[in-house]
Amino acid sequence: MLDRIGAVMVKEVRQLARDRLTFGLIVGIPLMQMLLFGYAINFDVRSLRAAVVDDAGTSLSRAYVAALQASGVVEFARPSAGVPELQRRMSAGEISVGIHIPPDFERRALDRTRPAAQLLVDGSEPMVDSVARGLTAVPLPRRDGAYGSAAPLLELRTEYNPERRTAVQIVPALIGVILNMTMVIFTAAAIVRERELGNLELLITTPIRSGELMAGKLLPYVGIGLVQVTLVLSVGASLFDVPVNGSLGHLYLAALLFIAATLTLGLVISTFARTQFQAFQLAFFTMLPSILLSGFMFPFDGMPKAAQWIAQVLPLTHFNDMVRGIVLRGAPITDLGRPAIKLLAFLVATLAIATLRFRKRLD
Amino acid sequence: MSAAPAIVATGLTRRFGKLTAVDAIDLTIPKAGIYGFLGPNGSGKSTTIRMLCGLLEPSAGTVEVLGHRMPRDAERLRRRLGYMTQRFSLWDDLTVRENLEFMARIFGLGAAERRQRIGELAVDYDLGGVLRQRAGTMSGGQRQRLALAAATLHRPELLLLDEPTSAVDPQSRRDFWESLFRLVGDGATILVSTHYMDEAERCHGLAILAEGQLVAEGAPRQLMRDIPAAVVEIEAVDTVAARAALQGGEPVRSIAQLGTRLHALLDRATHDPAGYVRTRLALAHVDAVVHDVQASLEDVFVAATGFRHGPRDRAAPH
Repeated sequence: MLDRIGAVMVKEVRQLARDRLTFGLIVGIPLMQMLLFGYAINFDVRSLRAAVVDDAGTSLSRAYVAALQASGVVEFARPSAGVPELQRRMSAGEISVGIHIPPDFERRALDRTRPAAQLLVDGSEPMVDSVARGLTAVPLPRRDGAYGSAAPLLELRTEYNPERRTAVQIVPALIGVILNMTMVIFTAAAIVRERELGNLELLITTPIRSGELMAGKLLPYVGIGLVQVTLVLSVGASLFDVPVNGSLGHLYLAALLFIAATLTLGLVISTFARTQFQAFQLAFFTMLPSILLSGFMFPFDGMPKAAQWIAQVLPLTHFNDMVRGIVLRGAPITDLGRPAIKLLAFLVATLAIATLRFRKRLD
Repeated sequence: MSAAPAIVATGLTRRFGKLTAVDAIDLTIPKAGIYGFLGPNGSGKSTTIRMLCGLLEPSAGTVEVLGHRMPRDAERLRRRLGYMTQRFSLWDDLTVRENLEFMARIFGLGAAERRQRIGELAVDYDLGGVLRQRAGTMSGGQRQRLALAAATLHRPELLLLDEPTSAVDPQSRRDFWESLFRLVGDGATILVSTHYMDEAERCHGLAILAEGQLVAEGAPRQLMRDIPAAVVEIEAVDTVAARAALQGGEPVRSIAQLGTRLHALLDRATHDPAGYVRTRLALAHVDAVVHDVQASLEDVFVAATGFRHGPRDRAAPH
């Protein structure tokens, strides 16, 4: 039995090594995603283009504008003459944020019951609105202690990521996204290809059992998955300075569990797809909800109940829970029993479906 | 030759939805010999072979292969069967040696036995020079020799070959058949499907299939002798006119062109078939040399399958 599994593994690895494109994708997909998410995609929005209408023109209003600029959130373009012009520039897409300082700014600043100035925000872009809202917290500069806001009600301390860098939040979660993508697609395609090319018809007439065939085909991908995990972690550490606060052993253990779950998902897909193209489509069909609903980019708690239920079925949701716990919060895997058990349940369920559906026969 | 047959099928039927691909076939295939399935495309040859090796489940009927029920006992028979698919189904991106090694391991051959068998087969099937070549880059003949080598690695008692020579040149076909006779000499039983007459004629036993039914069975010689029709050969300069003159004649079952000659199959009960044809041609003023001939396998095939498509027979009840 082991010899037959070994034979299939050797064959798979040989074919994989000769398939330059697939081999390239195994390394290429993680690298490309790391660079994309690490550099290009940044939730920590800075330097929004802004313009100011300063109808007060006092030293306090100028100090206030300087304080806003110093926050780094906005970058001021030339000032506007009036509010209508400000609105026109925003609608033309020239600026995302406008600030109107009324003529009675100083008096309003003293009167704590009314806002001192107005902030106009372009609500058509997803991230701009919430970021610009942060500007409302910028205190008036104290000139001599006479006015200016007191200390804020709440002091904010961001645990595990004090500098609030996006890369720290994104890179660990990318491990799951990348594994999900490559494992599901490659295994589904590898199995469906043999059906499409007719190899399976020959294999069925040999003494090999379907379990041996599956094991031999999937095991090389476990190795590939672990290589990808290592790649993401080392690129994350060297380029984006993402630390691994928890145990590496626990992280690999969690990754192994997740790899097994995605491989069996690929297996299930392969039992439904007749052609490689169908396999790709089905894999993609599972990919999108995984990325959107797993809490990879959008906070899980903000989703409607139905979306949360769907997310519970996706292995990526639970792996993200585990990986963020281990990498960022330094939690031991024993503290992450709930997501681990859910992943295990997914693994068992998909394995059962795949075993029931995969028949060693053509019809 | 052992007494027990290699394959016994009774009422073997396979339906795909509304289509009946194989329709109640009864077969008894003896051991140690080459048994051929002859039939046009879509006649049910592949479906029958697939049921015989346990790839497809029969819709009705039973199959016994080497004394085991199929597909129930398929797994127990794997090591005793060799199967060659119609399409090349080894791996294009593996070399000849890698393909053979993989199949040998799947069939449970030990390392030493593997080396020895691959060495032997490389000689037998003239693959010694291409062991390191990838299967995808080889010629049709080489691929087919590789596929046969892979199917015989484990010395199967029964070989099922599904149109093994449909993609190779005539020389390769001849070499291939030499290999088959060598395997039979070593005691194997071979079931081969084909649509080539010359190949069918080399078989020890032959079953002619048409539209999923077994329409004739026997040794090729016996089939040619017992053909249910009289064969008349017509040598004419104007074969088109000769054909037109005979078409529609009451006892004429079919007319087929063989090179420059025509073969007319007439109802077996016809008194003096050649005389009848001569009269018809003379009436139509067609110059021709006409004589009775011994049926060829092609005539047998036409008699067994062609009549089914004739306008008169289509109306007749089955």
